[in-house]
Amino acid sequence: MNRKDLGKIYSAPVTIWLTLFFVCPTMIIFIYSFLKKKLYGGVIWKFSTEAYKSLLNPDFLEIVWFTVYISIISSLLIILIAIPTAYFIARSKHRNLYLFLIIVPFWTNFLIRIFAWIGILGNNGLINELLMAIGIIKSPLELLYNQYAIIIVTIYTYLPYAILPLYSSIEKFDFSLLDAARDLGASKITAMFKIFLPNIHGGIISALLFTFIPSLGSYAIPQLVGGKKSMMIGNCIARELKITMNWPLASSMSVILTLVTLISILLFMQKNKKVYDGNVKYRSPSSVFRKNKGAV
Amino acid sequence: MTEKKSRYADRKVSLIVFVGVLLFFYIPLFILIVFSFNGGKNMHWIGFSLKWYKQLFFHSGNLWFAVLNSFIIALTSSICATIIGTLGGIGIYWYNFKWKKYLRIISYLPLIMPEIIIGVSLLILFAGIKWRMSLFTVFVAHTTFNIPYVIMIVMARLEEFDFSIIEAAYDLGAKEFQTLIKVIIPLVSPAIISGLLMSVTLSLDDFIVTFFVSGPGSSTLPLYIYSMINRGVFPIINTLSTVIIAFTVLIAFSSRKIHAYMH
Repeated sequence: MNRKDLGKIYSAPVTIWLTLFFVCPTMIIFIYSFLKKKLYGGVIWKFSTEAYKSLLNPDFLEIVWFTVYISIISSLLIILIAIPTAYFIARSKHRNLYLFLIIVPFWTNFLIRIFAWIGILGNNGLINELLMAIGIIKSPLELLYNQYAIIIVTIYTYLPYAILPLYSSIEKFDFSLLDAARDLGASKITAMFKIFLPNIHGGIISALLFTFIPSLGSYAIPQLVGGKKSMMIGNCIARELKITMNWPLASSMSVILTLVTLISILLFMQKNKKVYDGNVKYRSPSSVFRKNKGAV
Repeated sequence: MTEKKSRYADRKVSLIVFVGVLLFFYIPLFILIVFSFNGGKNMHWIGFSLKWYKQLFFHSGNLWFAVLNSFIIALTSSICATIIGTLGGIGIYWYNFKWKKYLRIISYLPLIMPEIIIGVSLLILFAGIKWRMSLFTVFVAHTTFNIPYVIMIVMARLEEFDFSIIEAAYDLGAKEFQTLIKVIIPLVSPAIISGLLMSVTLSLDDFIVTFFVSGPGSSTLPLYIYSMINRGVFPIINTLSTVIIAFTVLIAFSSRKIHAYMH
């Protein structure tokens, strides 16, 4: 055996596995999106742009917009909450304990966290029960099954993904810079905006990516706490795949979702060119999340 | 003095947000736990009762079947992903071969793609090659999304070492296989363990990919919880959640104790 071939031997299994179960399936979706649909799932091997044409209706465009809109609103709110939280943790003496407290709830299953909110906001949920018991309302309020419920649960699910990268960049920040700015006459707010925020820029961008990208692909959250009108792309894909059995359409929607994701990653990276030219590489949210879990 | 005061004021705002975040995180779970001891069916408090626990432990065979499935899948897929991913990470990091660039890209892309795409594309692939949806397809899917994480962890570990260690082993007369077993594997063993643990967690927690690639009889715990939420079987989910929360907190605290003990 030639030592030069060792690399081939080590990397053959993973190359074969990922080619078979990642590259091929992705290409199949792309190809299927240009074919004709068969009645009960599957495709007819005939070129057609029918799937994409039917995506061009206002209903689907509205769903794409709704998906992007929910993702933007929730990730912005997440960042607004995460910056002060991470700041507090980074400046306190009990960092490890506080980080631990942030992470522990997220070791429970993701669906249980969604379910907890159904118990609170539902028609027979805690808030409605309490309000009716006190006598403020007669019939339950519709707190669940709307976009606000989706946003709350999305924030609940992805907030730690933002706190952790922000924490690691704030921890590296030299706080004497803020004192220096104050000594030179900057107001507290100016110091925050001109010194602090630009310096943790990298952390903010990663936090945005880690919350924005996964919420673009949401399925369970809108399915369980969103209403009939609050469908996101993920829900449409699942419907076309499992219920209406229009596979070319499901494939074309998947292609669109992938494109939206790639475009937003590119946009974020463009905005953050300096950081990505440096040492910071894009890592997936859960990787950073799990890594930090281990660190505590 | 004023300086100190103003800094304190800074911290005050962030303290309030921090406490708010903790409340936001813990209150929903706390409510779940409290209501798991409720005698009634919904969030209306009737009285303390353990009847849902009885139901959970003695009359929920399907649920425990799903738990068993979850563990089977988590173990098999994480072991398989760890072996394939570790070898791959070593290959990419230390050796050269023709398709290295291609491998780098395809081992990285799954990390940034929305998970639902992986589920959908595998479903379509399996249907195309006529594989029936079963525990096996779930295993294949979980191994697929675990491999990139293992590769990432192993490569991060390899960054700390020099290839000269391997060359030294060869110079001292070690064969390729000996080098792998006696030098490389011990070197990356911390990464292998964390890769394995991470794969187990990812696999146990996964809902969306499993949702697409599982068939009758192969549903995992997350899928089962999902169907219970859909069917409105609320009290059992409360008790189940409490058991899971107790379990995770126990593991979390013991791992923290072990960690503290070791350092």
